[in-house]
Amino acid sequence: MTNHWVDIKNADLVLIMGGNAAEAHTCGFKWVQEAKQTRKAKLVVVDPRFTRSAAVADYYAPLRAGSDIAFLGGVINYLLANDKIHHEYVKAYTNASFLINPDFKFEDGLFSGYDAEKRKYDKATWGYQLDKDGYVKVDETLQDPNCAFQLLKQHYGRYTPELVSKVTGTPKDAFLKVCEHIAETAAPNKTMTILYALGWTQHSVGSQNIRTMAIIQTLLGNMGMAGGGINALRGHANVQGITDQCLFGANLPGYLTNPLEKDKTVDDYLTARTPKPLRPNQMNVPQSYPKYDWLPKLDGAYDTLALFEKMHQGKINGFVCQGFNPLASVANKKKVGDALAKLKYLVVIDPLATDTSEFWKPHGEFNEVDAAKVPTEVFRLPSTCFAEETGSFTNSGRVIQWHWKAADAPGEAMSDREIVAGLFLKLKEMYAKDGGALPDPILNVTWPYRIAAKPTPEELAMEISGKALGDVFDPKDKTKVLVKAGEQLAGFAQLRDDGSTACGNWIYGGSWSQAGNLMARRDNADPSGLGQTLNWGYAWPANRRIIYNRASCDPAGKPWDPKRTVLKWSGEKWAGNDIPDMRPDAAPDQGVGPFIMNPEGVARLFAAGMADGPFPEHYEPFETPLDKNPFHPGNPKALSNPAARVYKGDMEVFGKAKDFPYVATTYRLVEHFHFWTKHARINAVLQPEQFVEIGEELAKEKGIANGDKVKVRSNRGFIKAIAVVTKRIKALDVDGKKVHTVGIPIHWGFKGLTKPGFITNTLTPFVGDANAQTPEFKAFLVNIERA
Amino acid sequence: MALQSLDIARRSATTTSSPSVRQTTEIAKLIDVSACIGCKACQAACMEWNDIRDDVGWNFGIYDNPTNLSENSWTVMRFAEVEEAGRLEWLIRKDGCMHCADPGCLKSCPAPGAIVQYANGIVDFHEENCIGCGYCVTGCPFNVPRLSQKDGKAYKCTFCSDRVAVGQAPACVKACPTGALQYGTKEQMKDHAAKRVKDLNERGFKSAGLYDPPGVGGTHVMYVLHHADRPQLYSNLPADPGISPMVPLWKGIAKPLATATMALVGLAGLFHYVMKGPNEVSKETEKELEKEEAV
Repeated sequence: MTNHWVDIKNADLVLIMGGNAAEAHTCGFKWVQEAKQTRKAKLVVVDPRFTRSAAVADYYAPLRAGSDIAFLGGVINYLLANDKIHHEYVKAYTNASFLINPDFKFEDGLFSGYDAEKRKYDKATWGYQLDKDGYVKVDETLQDPNCAFQLLKQHYGRYTPELVSKVTGTPKDAFLKVCEHIAETAAPNKTMTILYALGWTQHSVGSQNIRTMAIIQTLLGNMGMAGGGINALRGHANVQGITDQCLFGANLPGYLTNPLEKDKTVDDYLTARTPKPLRPNQMNVPQSYPKYDWLPKLDGAYDTLALFEKMHQGKINGFVCQGFNPLASVANKKKVGDALAKLKYLVVIDPLATDTSEFWKPHGEFNEVDAAKVPTEVFRLPSTCFAEETGSFTNSGRVIQWHWKAADAPGEAMSDREIVAGLFLKLKEMYAKDGGALPDPILNVTWPYRIAAKPTPEELAMEISGKALGDVFDPKDKTKVLVKAGEQLAGFAQLRDDGSTACGNWIYGGSWSQAGNLMARRDNADPSGLGQTLNWGYAWPANRRIIYNRASCDPAGKPWDPKRTVLKWSGEKWAGNDIPDMRPDAAPDQGVGPFIMNPEGVARLFAAGMADGPFPEHYEPFETPLDKNPFHPGNPKALSNPAARVYKGDMEVFGKAKDFPYVATTYRLVEHFHFWTKHARINAVLQPEQFVEIGEELAKEKGIANGDKVKVRSNRGFIKAIAVVTKRIKALDVDGKKVHTVGIPIHWGFKGLTKPGFITNTLTPFVGDANAQTPEFKAFLVNIERA
Repeated sequence: MALQSLDIARRSATTTSSPSVRQTTEIAKLIDVSACIGCKACQAACMEWNDIRDDVGWNFGIYDNPTNLSENSWTVMRFAEVEEAGRLEWLIRKDGCMHCADPGCLKSCPAPGAIVQYANGIVDFHEENCIGCGYCVTGCPFNVPRLSQKDGKAYKCTFCSDRVAVGQAPACVKACPTGALQYGTKEQMKDHAAKRVKDLNERGFKSAGLYDPPGVGGTHVMYVLHHADRPQLYSNLPADPGISPMVPLWKGIAKPLATATMALVGLAGLFHYVMKGPNEVSKETEKELEKEEAV
């Protein structure tokens, strides 16, 4: 979230699309009700299903799974065509006026530079036009045909309400009604918050779904505002925290990019990654790694799909699977099971006996496998669950909150810290004794814990926050000591590249300062009434609650909406109800842009960094009910995301509409939490048995009655479940064709207290988003029949 | 089940007067159906607090689970898909005891002290006094009490009378994440409901209103409904609930009549004894009887 949970109450319009906050983020959803009841906010839900969020919405519109960019591109077109944008904001805070390389083209569904063989773009033509000083050329009038604004207009001019309706299946009047609601928030004192989750990310165009909304929110001037923002609702209780600490193979902690093999020296690495300001006076965030040589260098992709692809090819011997149930949660269960069976050993660290830990064991039709043919040795190391240890949780709003152990773990369970420390110390001992290819990083890693085998949460939290190894001096006055050696740092601004400081994760810098553990603060005082509560926990970065909050003021430093003042320019400094996302003494007339992490200093309507195009374009899911992309009927290359990675063997098992005519989408139910709570009695009582949802019309066509057992097949396998026949899923009219949706909740498996069920991801395709490689779980093809 | 005997205002099948020294405020729970997302946190909290667990069941083509109230499920969510004029609504109602001001269960219960009503309005079952006759089931206009297969006694929502007695909100209210469940004095709940109804009116629900049916003297569990004119849309919530005429007939006329008849019979016996003396068998009759036995 650029904003935070409580801030949802400041919105005038809450849009839920690509998510289902009422069911998947039930506790946070209270702030939607707060906005409705105290601000008279409207709630609009757009979803293939009439969800429990839709049940309390003011307006609901259906759309076909996998057509979000068509819908949102249509919204952009509506805003531009009806002049419902926040002009001053767009001009000052976006790259609307920036001139783009005149060779940049978008033709027949493809951007310039496409290499069909590699399924990749050469982005040479996607850049800005630079002047002799290296700054971008701009046209303040926004009239130059090569400025980002004109290109945007041209790109989305094709997204007419008629075409949008044809592609999405959303009735035209419903689409326009949603547009009207959104357009109202173009007023400087009106905001929309958008709540999304996996319904946008789990597509082959996932990142671009979010990009499209980012364009809308900047056109409306809703970024940086209280009650605005782009708000990703994170799923797993601490998935925000684990992502911050580097969940992804391509990242280091704090979203620093991992060095690649070609970055031979630290200078190579820094040169490639240190941005040069693209406009005068912009802020710049430097990076530094003293022990660069010891950092592993990536020789390829290590995302989940890439990992299981390598494992499937037999290129991985051992797999330590910590807090992860890939057999259930990764696409194409058969491929994952086959991959695990090629391992020599599998170590599962988990509080529960997961399905993955028994991938080798026959469980009737739910897991048909010949155990004798699986050579993998499986070790199950029981670990504690969150309530059985002390530590921190980071919520979707980036607020890091300390929590205290509530109960002892049962049996022989140990904390993940102890398990991993034990493994590490044993490895270190072996490296010290036997040597190895490169023992140095293992032998020399800092391991300063009082009991080496039991690092405490407090020790780790202090290390992550950062401390001074030597005295840290004031850069303006070299004689003045800011932090004495051994003391905790107050924040990342005190980090130095001379070896005098150490910090585990720069964005968590200051979370445990000399003042103590700021994550454990529980002062809910809220003087502004905006719910900022700056003394509750600690928000990264720098305890800032609303990112880009400089954009909540006009260029002169006056709040766009004085009733919701996040901060303002006092004449001397930036101050208010949040930590300014701006150098505190940067006077408005210096023109420092509010989007400080971009070298442009402004938000990008045109974003060259994306793998699949600087403007989001609608592409069909890899399994689509349509023969062609209605936007580009003549170009088969533009049917599905041309830049998405597809492995050999996976393209062949994509199903075709003639065999699998129905659009399937997978999702979560409020009664369950992923694949955990099937092990919990109460959750099992509340939603005991696997089911799928279909509309009344499809049920009638297929002779399926409510409560019947049905078999759902994709080109990769089948599941059986109870049919819930509902009015909440409607057949949609798409491109002159009736399209039915089959809704498939994910929570069942062969382990746990619920009635045994099939792994839903038996059905899903092994393909991911072109940028983040998040698998396409939300739109694929199936067939359904009575079992 | 709770022991706050000083606050008991009414007891089933009991004629002695109840304690009346202590005054308490009338309380209520408000269920704002328009804000409910059917998450079942209330069901989970009810199971947790009261330490009851239903069996892991089956899916019957609906979201409702457990599918009905039982001795182990004192509250369940009922999901209704209603479509009118092309507009779909998913009406989700938390079902359970309404804690009527005029409780049909209490009135029909023949077991002394098995059902009580506290001065704050809560209607509670004292299972140790329950004889398992099931009259409360018949007497309830909302079809709430359930007889246990295990011990033959009747169970239902207690309004967490143990929590309320020590100033805590019921477990379901405490767990509700969206504020759809509210707890306070009956007056406060009516005020809150009025605000919610106004908001719903402004959002186009012209018939929104409070459900506090007069047929049972009002209830201590009330609903805010978007369609207060048609409560039956909400999984057959009764439009005009009242106590079955059989209950007042039984309790009001038949039972006193029967009692009077029995008293009369006794009285007649006494009268006969006083006037005629004990009913004695004469020697002759005795002999005749002995002869008959010998045959």
